[in-house]
Amino acid sequence: MEKAGSVPSKPGNPLWLLAEVTYKCPLHCVFCYNPIDYTRYGEELTTDDWLRVLRQGRELGATQLGFSGGEPLMRDDLEIMVTEARKLGYYSNLITSGIGLSEKRIAAFKEGGLDHIQLSFQDSTREMNDFLSSTKTFELKQKVAKLIKQYDYPMVLNCVLHRHNIDHVQQILEMAEAMNAEYVELANTQYYGWAYVNREQLLPTREQLKRAEEVTNKFRERVGNKMKIFFVVPDYYEERPKACMNGWGALFLTVTSDGLALPCHEARQLPGLTFPNVRDHDLGWIWYDSPGFNAYRGDSWMKEPCRSCPEKVKDFGGCRCQAYMLTGDATNTDPVCGLSPLHHLVTEVVDQAQLPVSPKAEVKPILFRDDKNSRALSKTPA
Amino acid sequence: MSETTPFTDDTVFELQRHFRFQWEPAQQGFVLLYPEGMVKLPGSSGEIMKRIDGKLTVRGIIEDLQTAFPGMDLKGDVMGFLEHVHGKGWIRPKQAG
Ligand code: SF4
Ligand code: SF4
Repeated sequence: MEKAGSVPSKPGNPLWLLAEVTYKCPLHCVFCYNPIDYTRYGEELTTDDWLRVLRQGRELGATQLGFSGGEPLMRDDLEIMVTEARKLGYYSNLITSGIGLSEKRIAAFKEGGLDHIQLSFQDSTREMNDFLSSTKTFELKQKVAKLIKQYDYPMVLNCVLHRHNIDHVQQILEMAEAMNAEYVELANTQYYGWAYVNREQLLPTREQLKRAEEVTNKFRERVGNKMKIFFVVPDYYEERPKACMNGWGALFLTVTSDGLALPCHEARQLPGLTFPNVRDHDLGWIWYDSPGFNAYRGDSWMKEPCRSCPEKVKDFGGCRCQAYMLTGDATNTDPVCGLSPLHHLVTEVVDQAQLPVSPKAEVKPILFRDDKNSRALSKTPA
Repeated sequence: MSETTPFTDDTVFELQRHFRFQWEPAQQGFVLLYPEGMVKLPGSSGEIMKRIDGKLTVRGIIEDLQTAFPGMDLKGDVMGFLEHVHGKGWIRPKQAG
């Protein structure tokens, strides 16, 4: 038998700082990965709080910085943060739906030294796009795409795929090409937050996935290197889990709009863990010493089959949040893994998705992410 | 982007658009930053990359390195490294304008 090796329990420095600067968002995506009870969370960090977080992150050695949310453009001090980020030596990425990106703002970002913008599109056709984000935004995004080019940013498009738009992959790619996109990420929905609530309605069929991949491959052949296309399958269709966050507390440090420091943006839902707030602690202590960040480092927390599995050094037993959401215990093997004794929890959902119309979907309407729904969901204990 | 057109001693390379090269105090080493990623450039790779400035020719880079590290035959290493990173699309021949 192969020997199982071990996952290092001592972390290196964080490389990625993800600043979820606000949970506010003008869109209402059904696949949004924000917490469903976001309306419950406290006040947003101030500009000074953020500048302190950026400084401390840099001191720890983080080089990549992501501004996300919510919609980060909802913060009118984003320009200040961007400028500071550049001064500190970050490579900064803005992850945006594009709503609120005026020429004035993009000029200020360029001037401040923002390195990269990732624009998310819900779909290529106006109707679909509006349905999925539930606002009239498509034309606006095309304008934004032009601005991005004009200010010499690489055009990086991200489109979240699911049952209702995955058949449009050809149109999506054509649109991307027409916009001279350099990178296109076709990322299937991951089932967290709002997407988890809407899982039955969003999971594509195996057939849909296969077709979409074929279309993508053909397209790739034709456009060659001028447009790089990434296709991410939903992990429910995999036999092995993703190496979530490259290991717990290994590379990524997320700070939420209300100041919570997390090893991954979904982690706040995990029971029994308390995560530190950047208002009370510095990032150094948070990263190296806080119990929350140490909870699933190494492998001593693992149960079987992960504990003695040789693949644990590669996938770290998968995603803690997914293990918790699907099995009720975050220390279980991620049930996406074919070796998990609870793998059927995933295959049952996948089997269900193969039916022409998911019967559950008929009775359960799709839930748009908005404040009203969030408040309603906050009341029912998860 | 990563077409491996052969280059000569007279080629002038520059960093790919949107790539940034810098010294990382926390890691005591040079790194190359790009959209959503980073590579560390330890030892001689950092020294070579440092000289890819859109001005020096390949020959110039080799000469400069030879001055900085006398007594070492670096040409093969430099050519190999340039070929590698050019193939990866991290650097490109200097564009006109
Ligand atoms: S997924 Fe949609 S609703 Fe959620 S933050 Fe992003 S743009 Fe807003
Ligand atoms: S049992 Fe599955 S999830 Fe656990 S380490 Fe092995 S392959 Fe990974």
